[in-house]
Amino acid sequence: MSTTTGTTTTAGTATTTTGRASATAIDAARAAGRSALVGYLPAGFPDRAGCVDALRASVAAGLDVIELGLPYSDPVMDGPVIQAAAETSLRGGTRIRHVLESVEQLTSAPDGERAPVLVMSYWAPVLRYGVEAFARDLASAGGAGLITPDLVPDEAGEWLAASDAHHLERVFLVAPSSTPARLASTAAACRGWTYAASTMGVTGARASVGAAAEGLVAASRAAGAERVCVGLGVSTGEQAAEVGAYADGVIVGSALVRALSEEGVPGLERVVRDLAAGVAGSRA
Amino acid sequence: MSAPTTPGGEQLLFERFGDRGPYFGEFGGRFVPEALIAALDQLDEEYSRAAADPTFAAELDRLQREYTGRPSILTEVPRFAEHAGGARVLLKREDLNHTGSHKINNVLGQALLTKRMGKKRVIAETGAGQHGVATATAAALMGLECVVYMGEVDTRRQALNVARMRLLGAEVVPVSNGTATLKDALNEAFRDWVAHVDDTHYVLGTVAGPHPFPAMVRDFHRTIGVEARAQVLQRVGRLPDLVAACVGGGSNAIGIFHAFLDDPQVQLLGLEAAGDGVETGRHAASITGGVSGVLHGARSMILQDEDGQTLDSHSISAGLDYPGVGPEHAYLASIGRARYEPVTDAEAMEAFGLLCRTEGIIPAIESAHALAGALRAGRELGPDGVVLVNLSGRGDKDVDTAARWFGLVSDADLVASEAERVAAPVEDSEGNGW
Repeated sequence: MSTTTGTTTTAGTATTTTGRASATAIDAARAAGRSALVGYLPAGFPDRAGCVDALRASVAAGLDVIELGLPYSDPVMDGPVIQAAAETSLRGGTRIRHVLESVEQLTSAPDGERAPVLVMSYWAPVLRYGVEAFARDLASAGGAGLITPDLVPDEAGEWLAASDAHHLERVFLVAPSSTPARLASTAAACRGWTYAASTMGVTGARASVGAAAEGLVAASRAAGAERVCVGLGVSTGEQAAEVGAYADGVIVGSALVRALSEEGVPGLERVVRDLAAGVAGSRA
Repeated sequence: MSAPTTPGGEQLLFERFGDRGPYFGEFGGRFVPEALIAALDQLDEEYSRAAADPTFAAELDRLQREYTGRPSILTEVPRFAEHAGGARVLLKREDLNHTGSHKINNVLGQALLTKRMGKKRVIAETGAGQHGVATATAAALMGLECVVYMGEVDTRRQALNVARMRLLGAEVVPVSNGTATLKDALNEAFRDWVAHVDDTHYVLGTVAGPHPFPAMVRDFHRTIGVEARAQVLQRVGRLPDLVAACVGGGSNAIGIFHAFLDDPQVQLLGLEAAGDGVETGRHAASITGGVSGVLHGARSMILQDEDGQTLDSHSISAGLDYPGVGPEHAYLASIGRARYEPVTDAEAMEAFGLLCRTEGIIPAIESAHALAGALRAGRELGPDGVVLVNLSGRGDKDVDTAARWFGLVSDADLVASEAERVAAPVEDSEGNGW
């Protein structure tokens, strides 16, 4: 296994599917003839307990995989909805240790409200915490792994080693602008799945999901990606059904944040049920 | 080093030189979303081709001579130097460049690259407004669409520069999220770039950001030091003992430092904005008071808390009010080739006032930090010392701030003028046809 660059790692396709792995949930959805539903909330939003409760309710309403955001002061990949939620969380005093506590609470929730948890974090907080220490503490909290929106495999030597050592999934992003060579090196560096950004832009609900997404999923698979989930712009059941027809997972963020902000947990549950109905039977 | 020359025998102003990145020791790199990698690769490749293309260097040289006004002059300031222990103090007059600061050097280079890449639109971030004005200027000159992101706090501190950018045809977008200052303007520029990368070039204004920006922006500013080194040799008959420059992101400092890197007898002194004092926590001194981390696409020295969250920076100078610094400066500090010292708001303003009264030159408040460092260094060097200071910008934009600081006009007048400004924003001013 490589400890230097993503392009030479051999761990990419030899997925370790532990019980906590999100890949397990994605495979289970696929076996049931559908795409998996991956849902994002920033940890500590609207507050620490409220976030955990909202995500447990979302799992009960049909969410397959939890993407728990680690709020960061300078989120360059996020649009206004998630920026505002992250600011709320930080103003509320959310620290990295609180995010890890939330992971632990989510992964020890009762059956029916429990799903694999991936943390999504910009690189600055992980680097400051210590890459090895973060991997160790995330694994011991029961976390499945980490999504890194501003870390490309080229810069990820330390993280590749730490995630190997602690059997964590690592999800890197590909974009419509990625070259075939980068699709291949990124797919090889991922463990669990690859995050395909549907469009060139930041997070946020859009009227239509980028037309490039389907081609990007196909190109990623051709480049060796084992599982490909699509994010950016999905907010409705119809869009989820459309994306779920070709992707292994459908990732929804801003629409969940907005529903929770505006209508609380009941509103969030309604949106999750709509999205879950969208993916149901999507790949039958 | 033997510098290349133009067909007419003049020394070329632009020359690619030195560490090309992506890393400077442990610093630098590309900590950006994958979506931007293709654009950074394209920029890197185009820059490499351009740097090897004599027609690019010739065109940039022509612009620097005929439009910017290069070479900029060297001015000795003996009355100011009386307060610097009697050492000789020489100012590299980047304040006399077109648009009033060193920023134009980089912007003209990047605007030419934008055209080479076939892109029609440029975006930029700005703090004090100097880089925004320079970008708007180059965009007007070359017929490019221009959008400048500026922290809302800074649009108020630097209202005249907002007007200048709009006069030049640029759209100025106030950024109100986060701390509404320079770092948030950078965030917003990156968000714009991710979404419009096909037709848009991001004219990053300093030697920070992902590779190739730190090396490329440095190369465009390197002429400052190349000129100054030759000018000091000619004027004084020897190299300076010390070169002083202010450091926010660090573009003017790296520009003047670089030509002296291989002259071990020349000390390089970067002056960081200490705001109320580094010990108060209200400062912008990233090397003095920061830690190794990642911000805006590069690993460097950053002001951040123990969770890696970026801390608010504080400085009277909008152009230095940034919680990071270019990775090559972090590297030069780590190997001890350059040293970096803090200068408080009060020290900078004292030097600002002194240069105005003793030499008839109103410096930018950013550059006043370098002047304060020169006063300090001169006193250490004594009467035999020779100090070169990069006067990176002029202070016209700072007259309002200085008037408040020194109490030059009544508070009532300032409040009234601010009220007028709010009541009559630039877009609505009548009669000028804009």
